[in-house]
Amino acid sequence: MNMMNPSRRALLQGGSLTLAFSLVPPALAQRAAKLEGAPLPGDLKLYPKISSWLRIEEGGKVRLLFGKVEIGQGIVTAAAQLAADELDIDMKRLVIVSGDTRVVPNEGVTAGSQSMQYGGVAVQIAAAELRAYLIARAAEKLGVDAAKLKVVDGTISGGGKSITYWDLVAGQKIDIEATGTVKVKEAKDRRYIGKKVGRLDIPPKATGALIFIQDLRPDGMLHGRVVRPPAYGAKLVSVDRDVATMPGVKRVVRDGSFFGVIAEREEQAMAAADALRRATTWDLPKDVPTSDTIYDWLKTQPAKLITIKDVASPIANKAKKVVEAEYRRPYHMHATIGPSTAIATFAGDGSVLIQTHTQSPFETAAAIAQMLNVPKEKVQCEHWQGAGCYGHNAMDDAAADAALLARYMTGRPVRVQWSRQDEHKWEPYGSAMVVRVKASVDEKGDIVDWDHTIWSTSHGTRPGGRAGNLLPAQTLEKAHPLPTPVNGGAPNYAADRNGIPLYEFPGTHVRTHFVEKLAARASSTRGLGAYGNVFAIESFIDDLARAAKADPVEYRLRYLKDPRAREVLTKTAEMFGWTKWKAAPGKGRGIAFARYKNLSTYTAVAVEVEVEKASGAIRVKRASSANDAGEIVSYDGIVNQVEGGIIQSLSWTLKEGVRFDEKGVRSEDWTSYPILTFSEIPPIDVKVIDRPGQPFLGAGEASQGPTGAALANAVMDATGVRFREVPFLPSRIKAGLMA
Amino acid sequence: MPKLKVNGRAQEVAVPDDTPLLYVLRNDLKLNGPKYGCGLSQCGSCTVLVDGQAVRSCVTPVGSVTGQDITTLEGLGTLDKPSKLQQAFIDEQAAQCGYCLNGMIMSAQALLHKTPKPTEAQVRSALDGNLCRCGVHNRVVRAVMRASRGA
Repeated sequence: MNMMNPSRRALLQGGSLTLAFSLVPPALAQRAAKLEGAPLPGDLKLYPKISSWLRIEEGGKVRLLFGKVEIGQGIVTAAAQLAADELDIDMKRLVIVSGDTRVVPNEGVTAGSQSMQYGGVAVQIAAAELRAYLIARAAEKLGVDAAKLKVVDGTISGGGKSITYWDLVAGQKIDIEATGTVKVKEAKDRRYIGKKVGRLDIPPKATGALIFIQDLRPDGMLHGRVVRPPAYGAKLVSVDRDVATMPGVKRVVRDGSFFGVIAEREEQAMAAADALRRATTWDLPKDVPTSDTIYDWLKTQPAKLITIKDVASPIANKAKKVVEAEYRRPYHMHATIGPSTAIATFAGDGSVLIQTHTQSPFETAAAIAQMLNVPKEKVQCEHWQGAGCYGHNAMDDAAADAALLARYMTGRPVRVQWSRQDEHKWEPYGSAMVVRVKASVDEKGDIVDWDHTIWSTSHGTRPGGRAGNLLPAQTLEKAHPLPTPVNGGAPNYAADRNGIPLYEFPGTHVRTHFVEKLAARASSTRGLGAYGNVFAIESFIDDLARAAKADPVEYRLRYLKDPRAREVLTKTAEMFGWTKWKAAPGKGRGIAFARYKNLSTYTAVAVEVEVEKASGAIRVKRASSANDAGEIVSYDGIVNQVEGGIIQSLSWTLKEGVRFDEKGVRSEDWTSYPILTFSEIPPIDVKVIDRPGQPFLGAGEASQGPTGAALANAVMDATGVRFREVPFLPSRIKAGLMA
Repeated sequence: MPKLKVNGRAQEVAVPDDTPLLYVLRNDLKLNGPKYGCGLSQCGSCTVLVDGQAVRSCVTPVGSVTGQDITTLEGLGTLDKPSKLQQAFIDEQAAQCGYCLNGMIMSAQALLHKTPKPTEAQVRSALDGNLCRCGVHNRVVRAVMRASRGA
């Protein structure tokens, strides 16, 4: 493995070679320099060189280099659709490399439903610019006016002559920068964008072909496992057994209270790690917050109070009544189906290649370099797909574990896969929240003033280049303590996401208490604070509508001015059959709306429930959802994301909450942390409104908030009781109905 | 030394009888289909067929299935020639991350062996022990129904 010349190695890997010399005709270079276009969109701003994104390669191929990564959301297929359309090539010609720090543009983290807005648009524009450049080159070469040239699958023709992209430039380094002046294709000229295109990764996944990191088996691979403490803050007292003589064990690693084993076979590594775990004794901390005391704990901790919006109501004197309510959401797990995995391989020169399913290959590599105390360039990450993550789970910790073990085994790849119990107990959860909403209303029940207050811990402790954010680094002899979490930036990158209602009220006040201490390990989880805030806002406005004796849809429309928001809400009501719906005992309907982050996808969700009063069991009968994600690249991709989000959010709301106490996290497998199953999942109807010409909006997290709130509203409708604390376990519902 | 029949081929592996079948299939026979998900028989990611029955390979000692017909995802079809059921999953785009797909397809295959024309409720009931976190359940049900119609 030639780690010192990574880009060359990667290019040769694909069986083609890009030669590094420039053949730009001087006239074209000047033309590019003279043009002054609009600011470049998305991540093209960071990497304006077209060759950072796309390369015409020999053998009729085009290499797409993409800094965003596939996490089951279909982003790589969407990027391929954009590139193939704008370049006028068949999608099959694309060779796609994503998330390999040795070769791709650094597009930061794949998160926050921003991959289309930043990465997708960069690929699209880069492809359009490259096509325009190739046509100009062909015009010179063929002596035909560029306006007369057409492209079909990479063959440029006109005036009776033709040449392919590959005959024109294959193997040459095209040293041009994006100009910001090339228009993308119109919808009618597209072959892939907005059309039904099957995801590229589904056929291999359905047949067992190699695509997941879990299935990589480099030659000479060993298996590593790490022993984690029993609880947060546990201190090692003693270890009373050496497991080095157990079958297959190659090495036992101890560094501070970081323990690991490396063995020839996977089950041997697991057995040795289990024996080692049982041989350790730990002191557990006392007086820690628990899942039962968390809401009081949040409200009584020292916190930074941040005002996000403060607009006084000009009609405050019309207020006749003030109402107030408090909402609670617990810690939710990402709960990936496939525990986190990584493979690390050290070369003789001290450099390490880490194969990982991280969402942030560059920042994770930097954090691991800091942990290992080696220069940044010594650590490279190669992204491989893992199981769905829904945010920051243990992916980066597993990468760090693998590196910490593999450094004792130079030349041998060491694979670490976390156990189910470790994944459940040690991943960073979506933080618990308390939200208090207060409103004053006039005599007709219309809103005069709105006040929203949040209490929560951090929603973002991603690696960000800092070793202390990696779980194992915190336990080393030379420990890297967890950096004090910082608020991600109002109003969208922490608990405050979607804290500002999209409704236009006369007065609006939104503030958040950012608690720096962590009660449980916490980080980015699908939607951050949006779930808790939308749950609170949409539950509260529903009750205001009820108090005003207004229809919940009509009441919301009084304050919703954005026409796209209005359309999504009314279309959802129409899909659900809102106006025709007939009430019946035990049955209820609920609706809720949010525009994700107030700047991304518009989503409304309506659900119908049946509540069995004797047991408190809620059955969701059906759900409908209309969405506006701007211009559609992949209709089915958006539907899949929104529907998946609805199911996950139903699961959060009905069943999920991490249990923890002084002995540690008690939610340690699928029995103690159950999720929704097939027989509990209702029919779900999702539609997407297309907005040709509008920016792409991310849809991956848009339905989390509205779904929980719609469910709460439906339960209220069915029972006449408002439930303000998630999850809606039968025991809680039953107790609420008896009260 | 356990003698196995996997995807129609005789295999001999040098492991103790109590080794979980999952690790033998994945690491000794280098099959990607069965996945580690929980090791507790709770999630279904590791499902394989043993004499046509859906079995959780993570808790099945390899010594208990010697001589029986073991089928993994790879034994149903290939990338170039997917089985009818695999093709139905592709046609319905019944995946997001796809990690649970092995268990979904293998459990559905076991159902279709016994009940070639299941109702939707039978499909849901047969797959109830297979967990999916992305929320593609309804697509999976559609894929199984599609495959059963094509049979």
